[in-house]
Amino acid sequence: MKIRPYGDTLHDGKIQLSFTLPIPCSLHGEETAKALVKKMGIHDVHVVHATPLNDNYSFYILYGTTHHEIDPSTVSVTDVDTDTLTKSDIEDYIEQHFNRPLIFIGASTGTDAHTVGIDAIMNMKGYAGHYGLERYKGIKAINLGSQIDNETLLEEAVKHQADVILISQTVTQKDVHIQNLTAFIELLEAENKRDDFIVIIGGPRITHSLAKELGYDAGFGPKKYAFDVASFAVQALNIKLNKEV
Amino acid sequence: MKLNLNPSQIKQCRNHAEKIASNIQTMIDQHTTVSVERAILRLLGIDGVNSLDVPLVNVITDHILEEAELSLGVAHYISYAIHETKLTPQKIAERIANNTLSLKPYKENPKSPYIENLNPYIDTALKQINTQKQHRQDALTSMPKKTTPDLYVIVATGNIYEDIEQAISAAHKGADIIAVIRTTGQSLLDFVPYGATTEGFGGTMATQENFKLMRKALDEFGKKHHRYIKLVNYASGLCMPEIAAIGALERLDMMLNDSLYGIIFRDINMKRTFIDQYFSRVISAYADIIINTGEDNYLTTSDAFEHAHTVLASQFINEQFALKAKMKPSLMGLGHAFEIDPELENSFLYELAQAELSREIFPEAPLKYMPPTKHLSGDIFKGFIQNALFNIVAVTSHQSIHLLGMLTEAIHTPFMSDRALAIDNATYIAKAFKDFSNEITYNDNGIIKTRAHQVLNEAENLLVTINEEGLFKTLEKGRFAGISRTPIQGKGLKGVFTKHPNYTNPVLNQMLKALKKEENHEN
Repeated sequence: MKIRPYGDTLHDGKIQLSFTLPIPCSLHGEETAKALVKKMGIHDVHVVHATPLNDNYSFYILYGTTHHEIDPSTVSVTDVDTDTLTKSDIEDYIEQHFNRPLIFIGASTGTDAHTVGIDAIMNMKGYAGHYGLERYKGIKAINLGSQIDNETLLEEAVKHQADVILISQTVTQKDVHIQNLTAFIELLEAENKRDDFIVIIGGPRITHSLAKELGYDAGFGPKKYAFDVASFAVQALNIKLNKEV
Repeated sequence: MKLNLNPSQIKQCRNHAEKIASNIQTMIDQHTTVSVERAILRLLGIDGVNSLDVPLVNVITDHILEEAELSLGVAHYISYAIHETKLTPQKIAERIANNTLSLKPYKENPKSPYIENLNPYIDTALKQINTQKQHRQDALTSMPKKTTPDLYVIVATGNIYEDIEQAISAAHKGADIIAVIRTTGQSLLDFVPYGATTEGFGGTMATQENFKLMRKALDEFGKKHHRYIKLVNYASGLCMPEIAAIGALERLDMMLNDSLYGIIFRDINMKRTFIDQYFSRVISAYADIIINTGEDNYLTTSDAFEHAHTVLASQFINEQFALKAKMKPSLMGLGHAFEIDPELENSFLYELAQAELSREIFPEAPLKYMPPTKHLSGDIFKGFIQNALFNIVAVTSHQSIHLLGMLTEAIHTPFMSDRALAIDNATYIAKAFKDFSNEITYNDNGIIKTRAHQVLNEAENLLVTINEEGLFKTLEKGRFAGISRTPIQGKGLKGVFTKHPNYTNPVLNQMLKALKKEENHEN
């Protein structure tokens, strides 16, 4: 079945947009904004708000109707395909499948100064009521913090005999996170250590398909918590170390 | 005084904090660092880079490190060099850079009898700083004074010319303070880059030329619109005192400046950064530059409700470090933040309690209040409301420096429109709640007062503990933000030196003399 966005009536195709144009705010500016939105395949466009940001820039809020439709069944998603377990299930799983604690090492790498992401996954407190890995029985969590370069991360991972490496990239600009993530995989391969670890990335702009594309085992985006990451990691480790499928 | 706090308890907290800071000050007074020495060289008028883009001030300290003994201080070497060559410090630097002059022979010399040779150059720098101070003061006194918090926004394009565009746009919308965020990683560079720059990640290089360009643009805007727009940058990281020096010369109005932040979040060595911080705060005190401390950051890592007292304890400590550097309370922009989980019932009341608490304990400080970031999830509509609640607390509790929250926090560096929406939000609330605080009191046994008293009690207990174990141990135990650091680790330790008995820092001495005179005058 094909669908359109829903305003207040099925199939009405209502959409809201807001953006800035690098021209003064005027009737001409409003018409320009409308013309641009029409080019996006949106009709019946209304500028509901227009305001100058300064003499040369103007901001618009618009509503319109899209005539495009989409059949959701034609859209495919690459997602982590292991089961999602609860914290206590993960702890039991570790106890059943491994005779030692699993070592997770994590960092926010490159120039990224944000620790929010790695802390949410690793620190005792966790995030939004979901405890972090530090609190898990059977997991030793080592959080290196922010602005860790790739070489240091690998060095520490080797030193601590880590099973899993977690990399967080929070706010990045001009796609520097992609270069940095690519460089880490290249480093692992150059050192012949890619198979020594399960390597997982996370951050607001990370998806599982991006992670796979870059050569990582998994990627986790927004609204993913420690249990999501740990569920994948313990199952992947079991397959890797114990050759269980 | 709405919270009925116990003045003797606050005094006790200050006493503990004073002892904590005094212990560190003893260490500070015995040491110097490469960046302290480079800051002295900058204030002797040395500028520019060599053929490999290495700043001349670094060329000199590197030269002394390799050929001589930095613990004597650059003043020792340069004063001898001026005496023998009759050249200016700048010319001396250029000669060292092209290997036609060596400072090595002065290593074995006795304590320099020629330190006074440096005075004309120091005077030139101090005169420029004084002119800048006067300019700021004249501008501020001639303009109407705001009774609501100053609106502070960030620009971070990476390109100084694009930053100027964004800054002017924000000023048009009503921003009072513009901070140019530094490119990520600059805090870990052990040199200050040179010239105007157009590339950076998540921010723009802090360089003297970039400071100058932005200052000029904001001054032109201010002149046209009869306003004074304050400019902020970062005297933090490994080049703290150098950036403070550049900022003083180029009339920045505020500087982020907090060793504890660098130690905890940037893994900068604690000795290095406490020593650097002291000189940078003296420079800022001399130049009438407001510092911003970074306590808000603890709460991005630790839970804001459970660890609120760590913020207050750190503010007490930062206040004492500022006093040691002869800073007036009116320059102490102590930091805190609105970071309690919005899912917590009555979170607004706890935020208000914390903000009122800081206001009452530091009545003269231009408190820096930071917006929610940790619990902004990408739901920009909810984010806009979170920022509105934050704005209400900022106005109601009379915060001074009001850093505006962006609805797109954690999505991207702000769009021009994000900033404009934030300013509209804050301006509306400042108007709507203008005299709200005069109309309300807090219940004696209510949530707000109870919470404020509890946080003060916990802060006092923490200060007692820190005083007993020492600040270094406290940092080792990870009491702030749950991150542990030791005095023998961290970046920049190699640049720390025990002062030679013949060491002197004539710039520091002159600034302190002037600040003490001012202090006595005011008393």
